[in-house]
Amino acid sequence: MDFDLMMRVFPFFLEAALVTVQLSILTAILGLICGSLGAAARLSRLRFFRAIGATYVSIIRGTPALIQIFILYFGGPQIGIQLDAFSAGVIGLSVNIGAYMTETIRGAIISVDKGQMEAARTLGMSRWQTMRNVIIPQAARLMVRPLGVNINALIKGTALVAAISVIELTYTAQRYIGSTYKPFEMFLISGALYMIIIYVTGRGIAWLDRKVQIT
Amino acid sequence: MGLDFTVVPKFFDVIFIGVGWTVAITIAAGLLSFFGGIVFAVVALYGPLLVRLPFRLFAWLFMGTPLLLQLFLIYFGLIQIGIDLPAFVAGVVGLGLHFAVYNSELIQASILAVDKGQNEAARTLGLSRGQALRKVVIPQAVRAVIPPIGNNMIALLKDSALVSVIGVAELTLAAQQAIGRTFRPFEFYVTAAVCYYFINLALEAGLRRIERHIQLSR
Amino acid sequence: MSDAPFIEIRNAAKSFGALEVLKDINLTVEKGQIVAIIGPSGSGKSTLLRAINELDPLTSGEVWLDGVQINKDLPFRQYEKHVNQVRQDIGMVFQHFNLFPHLTVRGNITLAPKMLKGLSDKEVNELAEEQLKRVGMLERIDYYPSQLSGGQKQRVAIARALAMKPKVMLFDEATSALDPELVEEVNLVMKQLAEEHMTMIIVTHEMGFAQDVCDRVLFMDQGYVVEEGSPDVVFRNPTQDRTKDFLKKHLQGQN
Repeated sequence: MDFDLMMRVFPFFLEAALVTVQLSILTAILGLICGSLGAAARLSRLRFFRAIGATYVSIIRGTPALIQIFILYFGGPQIGIQLDAFSAGVIGLSVNIGAYMTETIRGAIISVDKGQMEAARTLGMSRWQTMRNVIIPQAARLMVRPLGVNINALIKGTALVAAISVIELTYTAQRYIGSTYKPFEMFLISGALYMIIIYVTGRGIAWLDRKVQIT
Repeated sequence: MGLDFTVVPKFFDVIFIGVGWTVAITIAAGLLSFFGGIVFAVVALYGPLLVRLPFRLFAWLFMGTPLLLQLFLIYFGLIQIGIDLPAFVAGVVGLGLHFAVYNSELIQASILAVDKGQNEAARTLGLSRGQALRKVVIPQAVRAVIPPIGNNMIALLKDSALVSVIGVAELTLAAQQAIGRTFRPFEFYVTAAVCYYFINLALEAGLRRIERHIQLSR
Repeated sequence: MSDAPFIEIRNAAKSFGALEVLKDINLTVEKGQIVAIIGPSGSGKSTLLRAINELDPLTSGEVWLDGVQINKDLPFRQYEKHVNQVRQDIGMVFQHFNLFPHLTVRGNITLAPKMLKGLSDKEVNELAEEQLKRVGMLERIDYYPSQLSGGQKQRVAIARALAMKPKVMLFDEATSALDPELVEEVNLVMKQLAEEHMTMIIVTHEMGFAQDVCDRVLFMDQGYVVEEGSPDVVFRNPTQDRTKDFLKKHLQGQN
């Protein structure tokens, strides 16, 4: 094992890891927005919105994320969408993970006992008031952990944008494997950085989960 | 540059071959991930300590890092230690091992759950520990987790697109070849997406049949 | 207007597809009256109760409360506004309590009045205390539902419904999910409401309670009201065979 080399390239990997962190945070936020909108559509009273939500989930979950990112980044300019690689990566990854989060959020909402909706409606509260004050607070407790699984997948999924040359951790590892011919060393450095990001995120999710369970 | 899907039919042969390779990779890597998952699970639970510990480390690394990074490691790593595998084989091994680790986690939990009651029942009939595991516990444990393993197979199909990056000539790479000749990325990536979508539908239908079949024997 | 009955159900019918669960039901309830609905499971008694506040809307027929038609045929938005309004006048108590587990007892009671009646924090707190005193649960005001027994939960659920100052209270098998030793505390609260002349419609399996507390009893079977009258008539001198059969089965264990 070439520790000398590892020490020398480490700063570049660290910098790339920061890009991976940025990608992950932005994707998590945008993905949650997509997921919430998707779940709202899937649970809508109107068939039209339900159909849109179901189509979104079906198409995104039925095709590879890599292809989705390629369509957006390489195919986008043909339909008037010009994005730099980083933005295309974030948007593509968000739309992708959003479909999975749609199902997570929807699943949590529909697993709240239907008596809760009835009780609140019986008191005269509207559908939306009930959602906001009764259903969503209870569903939120149920969704933290499965959303954590989605976010874990999302962090590893950010590696895909290496394929459109965003200089993040996997791209950097690939570049250095090519130039140093030391695949194991490069894998260890980047792998360790991924594990740290995932570990810290996991602790954060566990903390959040405990917090929502108590109140 | 507007959209023009009329160029797509000219490349049907290229796309078709790509579909074939994607199906082949999915089946090969799927089988590897299934049987590998069983072997890994048994090793992780019952292997000697000296095997178990490095194995757990390996599983932990594979679950905590991106598949794409692992594919680079396998492809270039094998070359470095003097094994020059064809890209297809490297792709199958990478995908298969990655999902074998995930399947193994499912199977381990299932074995532990089944083992409690069934082991005793089998041992009172006079089966040895090994026989009880092989003939009674493991078959039941694996059947119980067929549905989540099926979900992993679906993920595997979609992740097979990644092996294009190490030069495996499957559907995604086929689309890229067509794009290289026509400069129409939108049309061909969408075509590839449609193909993936239908392969996925077929895979889901197949998995449902298997699940129904297995329901009967549970 | 003043001659009209307080609650009136006219020609009520309901079906799920081909299955008719309510058939031509007519019912009037006067202010302060207490009506029990009894009958075998699947007879439609809960469905009838849930039709009164539009939880299970009727397929045809009318429901009126205090001069207002509950089940108006309106465009969706207006309909929602209308039912949200009329439901405030109809309290409902469920078999499984349906307390909001993420809120304290206080939160359960104050949520709807605060939101729908525009009361201040001080006012809703006083309201909660007043209603909890009524059901004997004041000392548990800051507990969460998970910290209460079934009987206590149901008393809180009653207080929550009362806090909206409803004109009528509906009880849907309010004691069926309770352990036997917890039934009495809930029955006592309901008796007390009866003494306060609250109008109540009670779906119940407890014949003894129906006999003691109610002014009128409806026996339902297969979607019809088979027999109706004072408890004395229905329980002691039923005219219909189906009522007799049902009572024979259900009174055996009780006397």
